[in-house]
Amino acid sequence: MAPALFWTFAAVMLVFGLLVVVSRNPVTSALSLVVCFLGLAALFFSLDAFFIGVIQILVYAGAVMVLFLFIIMLFDLRAEARRKTNVSAVFGGVVVVTLFVRVLFDVSYGFQNGNAVFPAIERRPEGDAWHIGMTLFQTYNLPFQVIATLVLVASIGVVLLSKRELK
Amino acid sequence: MVTLNDYLIVSGLLFTIGFAGVMLRRNLIIIYMALELMLNAANLSLVGFSRFNTQNNLPDFNAQVFVFFTITVAAAEVAVGLAIIVALYRARQTTHVEDLTSLKF
Repeated sequence: MAPALFWTFAAVMLVFGLLVVVSRNPVTSALSLVVCFLGLAALFFSLDAFFIGVIQILVYAGAVMVLFLFIIMLFDLRAEARRKTNVSAVFGGVVVVTLFVRVLFDVSYGFQNGNAVFPAIERRPEGDAWHIGMTLFQTYNLPFQVIATLVLVASIGVVLLSKRELK
Repeated sequence: MVTLNDYLIVSGLLFTIGFAGVMLRRNLIIIYMALELMLNAANLSLVGFSRFNTQNNLPDFNAQVFVFFTITVAAAEVAVGLAIIVALYRARQTTHVEDLTSLKF
């Protein structure tokens, strides 16, 4: 991918990610999160991970965000905008975040293997979904079934939690 | 050219934004969104390492399968977490962490 496109999508992702955190209205946060995930999916496409990018759009920008928006619509969150900010929490957060970014840049520039440019890959007609499927069902068959059980347990748990009184 | 470090720095900055959100915001739903940002930042660096660590002229698909698992678990986590938040809202009529102090010593 051309560097200009990479930086454009990275900037879109980071700006809308920042908007998620700073906006006072939860609906604005949720819609910014959708745009942030779309930018992230574009970065996945730039890394030749087409299957992961499509899954990112379907699962996050589709399913998870609809869930978030439903919950926000269900609540009356207008009281949020009237709260004043906690000055000591903001100060502590800014200090910790500054230190974190400092360490991040130190580690990244000390990482020599990170200066490699894109290695060439062979584009096969079967595409990357085929390779991920083969890896998933041959090497990681047992973890895949464990994940399936986890999702089943989670969906039963959600139904139980949503019942009005637990018996 | 775009290098692996560029992807790692973008991923780290996204993680930092999510981390700042968890630290600074007091609304449970916004904290959940910030958690999603942090999970996705980790996914981005995993896919970056997968693309730059080629084997037989192909990306490392183990990392992409790991990202697939992460996305699945995150989706289940969001469903359960939001159900808990709804149950909490029903009991307390708030989603603000400063109003939830019954476990405070």
